Amino acid sequence: MKDGNFDRREFLKSAIAGGAVAATTTASLPQTAHAAQQPAVTAIGTGYTFFNPDEAAFVEALVDHMIPADELTPKGTDLGLNIFIDRALAGSWGKGDRLYMQGPWKQGTPSQGYQLPLTPADLYHAGIAATNRYCVKTYGRVFDQISADQRQEVLAGLNAGKVNFDDGLAARVFFTTVYQNVMEGMFADPIYGGNKNKAGWKMIGFPGVIQVHAQNIVNYKNKKFPGEPTGIADMS
Amino acid sequence: MAKKLPEVDVVLVGLGWTGGILAKELTEAGHKVVALERGAMRSPGQDFSVPLIRDELRFSSRNDMTQNTTKDTLTIRNNPSQEALPMRRLGSFLPGEGVGGAGVHWNGVTWRWTDMEFKVRSIYEERYGKKYIPADMTIQDWGITYAELEPYYDKFEYCAGTSGKAGNLRGVIQPGGSPFEGPRAREYPLPPLNQSLAGDMFAEAARNAGLHPFPRPTSNASRAYTNPDGAKFGACQYCGFCERFGCEANAKGSPLITVIPIAMRNPNFELRTHAWVTKVLKDSSGKRVTGVTYTNTLNGEEFEQPAGLVVLCAYAINNVHLMLLSGISKPYDPVAQTGVVGKNYCYQTGAGATLFFEDKYFNPFMSTGGLSMGADDFNTNLEFDRAKYGYVGGCSLTGGGTNGRPIAYRPLPAGTPPWGKAWKTATAKWYNRAMSISTSGSVMANRYNCYDLDPTYRNAFGQPLMRMTFDYKENEHKASRHMAQVINDLAKSMNPTLMNPASARTDPWSVVPYQSTHNTGGLIMGTNPRDSAVNTQLQSWDCHNLFIMGACVFPHNAAYNPTGPVGALAYRAADTLKNQYLKNPGPLVSA
Repeated sequence: MKDGNFDRREFLKSAIAGGAVAATTTASLPQTAHAAQQPAVTAIGTGYTFFNPDEAAFVEALVDHMIPADELTPKGTDLGLNIFIDRALAGSWGKGDRLYMQGPWKQGTPSQGYQLPLTPADLYHAGIAATNRYCVKTYGRVFDQISADQRQEVLAGLNAGKVNFDDGLAARVFFTTVYQNVMEGMFADPIYGGNKNKAGWKMIGFPGVIQVHAQNIVNYKNKKFPGEPTGIADMS
Repeated sequence: MAKKLPEVDVVLVGLGWTGGILAKELTEAGHKVVALERGAMRSPGQDFSVPLIRDELRFSSRNDMTQNTTKDTLTIRNNPSQEALPMRRLGSFLPGEGVGGAGVHWNGVTWRWTDMEFKVRSIYEERYGKKYIPADMTIQDWGITYAELEPYYDKFEYCAGTSGKAGNLRGVIQPGGSPFEGPRAREYPLPPLNQSLAGDMFAEAARNAGLHPFPRPTSNASRAYTNPDGAKFGACQYCGFCERFGCEANAKGSPLITVIPIAMRNPNFELRTHAWVTKVLKDSSGKRVTGVTYTNTLNGEEFEQPAGLVVLCAYAINNVHLMLLSGISKPYDPVAQTGVVGKNYCYQTGAGATLFFEDKYFNPFMSTGGLSMGADDFNTNLEFDRAKYGYVGGCSLTGGGTNGRPIAYRPLPAGTPPWGKAWKTATAKWYNRAMSISTSGSVMANRYNCYDLDPTYRNAFGQPLMRMTFDYKENEHKASRHMAQVINDLAKSMNPTLMNPASARTDPWSVVPYQSTHNTGGLIMGTNPRDSAVNTQLQSWDCHNLFIMGACVFPHNAAYNPTGPVGALAYRAADTLKNQYLKNPGPLVSA
């Protein structure tokens, strides 16, 4: 798939590859070398299904700030982290799957965990709007239009619990969720739209889906384990 | 109005390890058994196939295999003065759901708990005096002995394909095993797994410190294995997707590949999935149960299933909840210290250090659920003088890790920025170059750590959620402080490039980060009905045809993982039911 361009044929091919994952019934392992020669298959398109344009601009600026391009990986949007988060929020997790959502609602203590009356999707809508209002009030511009130093200041303030929102939304809970999603996008299987070309896995040396190490644990003790990582789509 | 079904001999509530063991044993003895499982069926060949199962996001971050808190959860508070609030998503512990239960997605660590636990009050009173045990520490002897349980530990280990090295064979200490374990009749069914570099390095440091390291016993098959029932295991592939995942190699001891398929081939057995038991029914005398009511969650239809014998085999927490909802036996009151249901809820404590070595490759992704070296010098060792540190209980040391799944496992030296270029550089540098030393610590029962029904919140069936009141007490803080010191001394002796030292766990217990699915107590066993819910045969004191399985019967929590004694007690209960109770139903122990 070409970067940023919607290609219908590529999209259909990817969609079929995605469907094949669910239909796979055997655990046959393809050759690692064969898998490594294949171009990266991404079973997910670009474009947004959840974020509106302002929210998309916020998230793109955020993931590019948190994951800058360097010799280790391309930047966050080039890894698909914005797309990963968009799909997570559009899907069942974003809509509150496995989240007990009955009231009454109380703030509770930190040790009682998440207590907001919001699904992750609700939390992002409210949190992005509140962060942008904070940025406008503090710097005169929304998050995606402030400088890198100012972004760093905002994110550090959110992380440290020093930034408070004007509407009562728990800023720290919002940021904790965003941070977790950025890390998920960086290191989850590429089939979910992030970790493009398995760059997150390559960065650390995680081999991915093929993990047959009964001999390797002996042969590679205290040695670097070679080879390119494999994802779900490579084996489907 | 619930539709009343024809009576069966035995109803099992839940089909994981304990339900599976009873289903197999009782149907083989000719009894008609129906298992009611609230979750769905699973097929290892389909549901755990590669690459489907190697999905950290789905199965670990999103907890796809475990209890769905949308329908049923707990409320949580640290002490009785707080208002309990719902655990809105899973965190600290991960109860199972579906056929096989948590026995599908456990790590496999399989310990034998010893008389250090079963005679806890007697041992401490004898050695340290009665005043050594704090007044609000409600520990009590279990009423069973290691010797009674030994044949059943053996049976469970041979069923589950446990890999390990005996440290005590019929009283003779064996090199390579733990000298502090109870005497065993024979070796483990399988030899230990191949250790990782982290395990080797920990073991060397532990030996140099005068400790007694050994490979931790775990039901991850170190080679292909056929168990005594004919169930076939593949060899563990050290894939690093163990806890929270099903095993595609059939190498993890699971009821889904052992006892359950055997029971399902027996015409005496019937499994009903999506069958959510909402109540255990009593007769008018209150001395017997008559069956259960359940809802078919595929269509909402309610049934009454009469049964001669009811056995609670759900996750430990859910067994307690069902008893409270059913109004069987007196609920525990921590103020008056009366009643039994909900008493002595316990958890575990711990501490851990991360060690960074810039010249090593640990390959953390080559691992299994139970792959690590342990040392029990501060745990099952009776000679370890607790008085020096002032606590009751013990801590089991571990060196090595279970996986390198990168969403959750990314060791970084303290002070590393949480994002940006420096974060990337450090993440890339240290992922393969870190190991951990950690400990799991016991939690002694305390008067105020308990369960009852929540006054406010409800589950999907309109029933009150169960309320958990729990926090660590000074006893556990002392143990955790001692362990942090032990770990840090060991870690320093290994000369790491950098280290994040262990610190004692003293904060309020939090429901947020994962700690362990080792929740014990609430329906504890004992020698008299005043201070226990079930007798030493796991039979309800109040209703003789109701038996209760699982770690909810443990009167306190050890440093060890609970599945070994959970399995052994289920096998022992199966023998009791087959050979005694079902031949002549009635109370097995006179109160």
